[in-house]
Amino acid sequence: MRVPVDWLREYVEVPAEATGTDIAADLVKVGLEEEGLHGGGVSGPLVVGRVLTKEPEPQKNGKTINWCSLDVGVSNGTGEPQWVVCGAHNFEVGDLVAVILPGGVLPTPQGPLTVSARKTYGHVSAGMITSERELGLGDDHDGIIVLTRRFAGDEESLARLVPGADAIPILGLDRETVEVNVTPDRGYCFSIRGIAREYSHATGAAFTDPVTALAAAAPAANDEGYAVRLADEAPIRGRAGCGRYVARIVRGIDVTAPSPAWMKARLTEAGMRPISLPVDVTNYVMLGLGQPLHAFDLARLGDAIVVRRAREGERMTTLDDVDRALSPEDLLITDGGELPIAIAGVMGGASTEVTGATTDVLIEAAHFDQVSIARSARRHKLPSEASRRFERGVDPQLAPAAAELAVQLLVRYGGGRADAGVTDVGTPPEPVTISLPTAYASELVGVDYDAATVERILREIGCTVEGDGDLLSVTAPTWRPDLRTAPDLVEEVARIDGYDRIPSVVPTPPGGHGLTHAQRTRRVIANVLAAQGLTEIWSAPFVGDDRHEALGWRAEDARARTVTLANPLSDEAPLMRVSILSTMVDALSRNVSRGAKDVGLFELGLVVALDGAQQKAPTEDVGVHPSPEVLTAIRAAVPPQPRHVGMLLAGDRDRGGWWGGGRKADVGDVIALATSVTEALGVEVTITAVDDVMPFHPGRCAQLTLSDGTLVGHVGELHPKVVAALGLPPRTVGGELDVDVLTAASVDPAQARTLVRSPLAYTDLAVVVDEAVTAASLESSLRAGAGELLESLSLFDVYRGDQVGPGRKSLAYRLNVRAPDRTLRAEEVSALRDAAMAKAAADHGATQRA
Amino acid sequence: MSGPNTNFDPVEVAALDPAAIEAAVQEALAAAAAASSLDELKAARASHQGDKSALALANREIGALPPSAKAEAGKRVGQARGQVTQAYAARQAELEAERDARILVDEAVDVTLPTGRRPLGRRHPTELMSERIADIFVGMGWEIAEGPEVEAEWFNFDALNFDADHPARQMQDTFYVDPPDGGLILRTHTSPVQARAMLDRGVPLYIACLGRVFRTDELDATHMPAFHQVEGLAVDEGITMAHLRGTLDRLAAELFGPDITTRMRPSFFPFTEPSAEVDLRCFVCRGEDAGCRTCGGTGWIEWGGCGMVNQNVLRACGVDPERYSGLAFGMGIDRALMFRTGVSDMRDMIEGDVRFNAQFGMEI
Repeated sequence: MRVPVDWLREYVEVPAEATGTDIAADLVKVGLEEEGLHGGGVSGPLVVGRVLTKEPEPQKNGKTINWCSLDVGVSNGTGEPQWVVCGAHNFEVGDLVAVILPGGVLPTPQGPLTVSARKTYGHVSAGMITSERELGLGDDHDGIIVLTRRFAGDEESLARLVPGADAIPILGLDRETVEVNVTPDRGYCFSIRGIAREYSHATGAAFTDPVTALAAAAPAANDEGYAVRLADEAPIRGRAGCGRYVARIVRGIDVTAPSPAWMKARLTEAGMRPISLPVDVTNYVMLGLGQPLHAFDLARLGDAIVVRRAREGERMTTLDDVDRALSPEDLLITDGGELPIAIAGVMGGASTEVTGATTDVLIEAAHFDQVSIARSARRHKLPSEASRRFERGVDPQLAPAAAELAVQLLVRYGGGRADAGVTDVGTPPEPVTISLPTAYASELVGVDYDAATVERILREIGCTVEGDGDLLSVTAPTWRPDLRTAPDLVEEVARIDGYDRIPSVVPTPPGGHGLTHAQRTRRVIANVLAAQGLTEIWSAPFVGDDRHEALGWRAEDARARTVTLANPLSDEAPLMRVSILSTMVDALSRNVSRGAKDVGLFELGLVVALDGAQQKAPTEDVGVHPSPEVLTAIRAAVPPQPRHVGMLLAGDRDRGGWWGGGRKADVGDVIALATSVTEALGVEVTITAVDDVMPFHPGRCAQLTLSDGTLVGHVGELHPKVVAALGLPPRTVGGELDVDVLTAASVDPAQARTLVRSPLAYTDLAVVVDEAVTAASLESSLRAGAGELLESLSLFDVYRGDQVGPGRKSLAYRLNVRAPDRTLRAEEVSALRDAAMAKAAADHGATQRA
Repeated sequence: MSGPNTNFDPVEVAALDPAAIEAAVQEALAAAAAASSLDELKAARASHQGDKSALALANREIGALPPSAKAEAGKRVGQARGQVTQAYAARQAELEAERDARILVDEAVDVTLPTGRRPLGRRHPTELMSERIADIFVGMGWEIAEGPEVEAEWFNFDALNFDADHPARQMQDTFYVDPPDGGLILRTHTSPVQARAMLDRGVPLYIACLGRVFRTDELDATHMPAFHQVEGLAVDEGITMAHLRGTLDRLAAELFGPDITTRMRPSFFPFTEPSAEVDLRCFVCRGEDAGCRTCGGTGWIEWGGCGMVNQNVLRACGVDPERYSGLAFGMGIDRALMFRTGVSDMRDMIEGDVRFNAQFGMEI
């Protein structure tokens, strides 16, 4: 909301010396946050100048500049012509323009700019002829301001256009506008009236409600007025669409009469473009008082206005010349009950628009229901100035006063006559009466407010307060439909008394349980991976079918596991990710494209894992505790979202340098990273080779499972097709583990065994097996064969070649053995080795390498 | 030991002459001192302490002496040999120490050579910031609660008193899950976790929830479609706005410095009443520099929203508003990180460029 300061001063006694900055600082105390300050940025000398000469001079760069002399009176100290260079061409010799002389200051996005005489295009330009944009008056920079044109028809201003006169007051540049953010509960602050009242609350300055005098001046409703019938047969949520409809008629208006300059200035400062007297008047009243008005051309109306809901299939053309399909929820203003002439509170229709030929005008000042207007504005994507106010709540008692002001202005500036007939129909919503225990404000805020303070503040904001002692009965003022509950009133007490009076007291909770196991687990995983050289990232979880296809999945399968966004940022990525890797690959590509060669990334985050059809989640009215069934349905509809950790590595795992070459990241690295995570959590996993899991290489993918078979995840080298489709570095490796599975599996602490203190013995064994025999299966046979005394075994060599023959490989192990109670003898150790070998031979046809 | 001398030869006996022994000793000591390496010392030892050395020969002659002379000669030779042995041992120790010292010098390497065979990875600073904030709450005796990112509208809006037709619901720039009337959205704030916590844990309740939230903002230097929030909720008997302010002051002090206080300004949120915006005292200028670029010279930095839990929220979550009151507040974690570390372009936080993380340690 833009608040022209001089308009504000009309309703509240702002101290003469208060600047826009001061006013903004006061308003913020009562909850109106400053959004910006406008005006006041230009300082003189900015004077009226008459163009005496204008010499076009073509330049080498293709531009033509004008070398001009100007009569600026004696404002330049000499009375001699002022010579300036001007790049614009939209003026002629004899025109009056606004000239800023050396020493003047212009606002720029980079800060204030002091104008000085400077050499340009071969001349010394002593100042400049200004444009709207340079003065901060608008965006027009196509040409300079020609004052005679700007003030055409405005005799008062034209009379002030004397060469050398100070142009700052003429252009209104001495006027400031404070822009504040109005929260959605404070509809009444979308008016100067409301802001003035708040300024009074903030500072104690005397507020004069303009509505008081207008309401007194407004003639009472009578039977002579224009016929208006309220016929809402389908109220939304039980609320009548139109609670009040005031209609006044002004006849014989000269619609071509200009709006007064002060009105145009205020409208412009408030952010609205002056258009014509009838339109300007309705906008002026809306901005000033907060009541949206609509002006109909009376000649184009029939005998009566009927306010009703739209019918199925009905259409109308609105003022913006759009033919709109109406919904049965739209509240309409109709001519005689048939022809729609406005979507109530949102936008008028083209057929009854005020035109240049209009002479008689019907002014509508109505109170429409917040919900009805909000839905229509949203449905038709028409967030108008009117709908913005109605959906936030308009004072239902305001309509007669607002209509009166509009009538007065049209009579005065348009030369019209007001009809004696006054229409005022409907039953406006009654103000709510709230029970407020006097002590409640202190209990909720923690400041000791005495009963007198509570009452004083509530009266100050316009409430009627009854009752005494411990319980007050408070009726909110009509302009505060947002005040409905005791806490609403407490906020008023606290904010008017001042939030700065609230003390700081740290609460004393009974004490918590610390981080959960799941939360600690996540930190362990992240720290373990980061300590091993991986960089933690996070990515937006949005993907498209093409990404799933590039990862080697059927797009339909992936879609079935997730949800789609109805309004994605990009139509290319409307799906929530089902895999962390699916969004991590972008970060890998980005790093590589920015010059990184050796990159290791990890991300912890949620993925969607729908395990059936998506369900509809019920909703419920606010303030209602849903039934257990509804609550269960709400919870059930939220898709499962397990937490995963993804890893992705490309380039060297061990870097090269002066010490020698690097080593490429391979599938072993990513398996090691995965097992470092499971070991750090004390979770035992089984690794098996799988050849059919995308996006992995069929021969280089490991599956991790818990001992009960629960899947933990997969790691491996990415399939060459995936690497090609996504443009990743060759041989990129990665994987994804289910953190929730690991968390659940790591809840119980490991159980300690007493350490065996007898000496360790070892023996080596080289086993020859077929290529198809995996290391894990061979190891498992060796362990089984060696029995309990085998403490550990390590694979120290793998050999393929002539000595073992084609299709065979030799794996050499060291077996570390220890007995719990004695030193093992050499023959016992040999026996263990032979037993291990025998088991490997039995299971895999293994032979001992000679 | 040689046997009694039966074949007395006065020439040979000259070896026992005191002067000759003294000369041999001096010669041996000089040779030891002159030895400049362990090898030279070994050679000197062979000639002056070996079997054929003068002192060894003298020692052999003792046996040939008449018994009356044996004691004195034995003593003399013994002392001489002891003196030499000691000197050689000392010299041996000296030379060994020199050799050891020289080896260490020879083994020196240039410790300034690059070492990054496998550089350390890094955590994401936003995650570290989240952990830091979580730890502050745990330290205050609060717990950390969590919830899903794809969330039911009821949790995100209805339970929090966002009426379906209230403008505030439209102002959230919500991502809706298709079909739009299916009741699912991407959570626009961490507040749905409030409702979940009240339902799941009951009251009294002191929780903070940290997590990722979503708004339909295109990514640029100052907007991200996904970002991080921390939300605090305390519901108990007798909770007041003073407790709200106390909690915010404590959090501000822990995150931004012991003397950083807060300011509350009246505001509006559907889920709180009374509501406030909370500002931080500018930690750069502390309100003392009208030209401060961090706070724009106002002395205050916008931090988040807060208030007393709206009674409708308590009702929706099955908490008796006549008995309990609650405080709630929420603020951006990414923004806190920007304040704390000077990150100026939000894209740096979401793009996953390893150079970004590399600027930070593992503790923010």
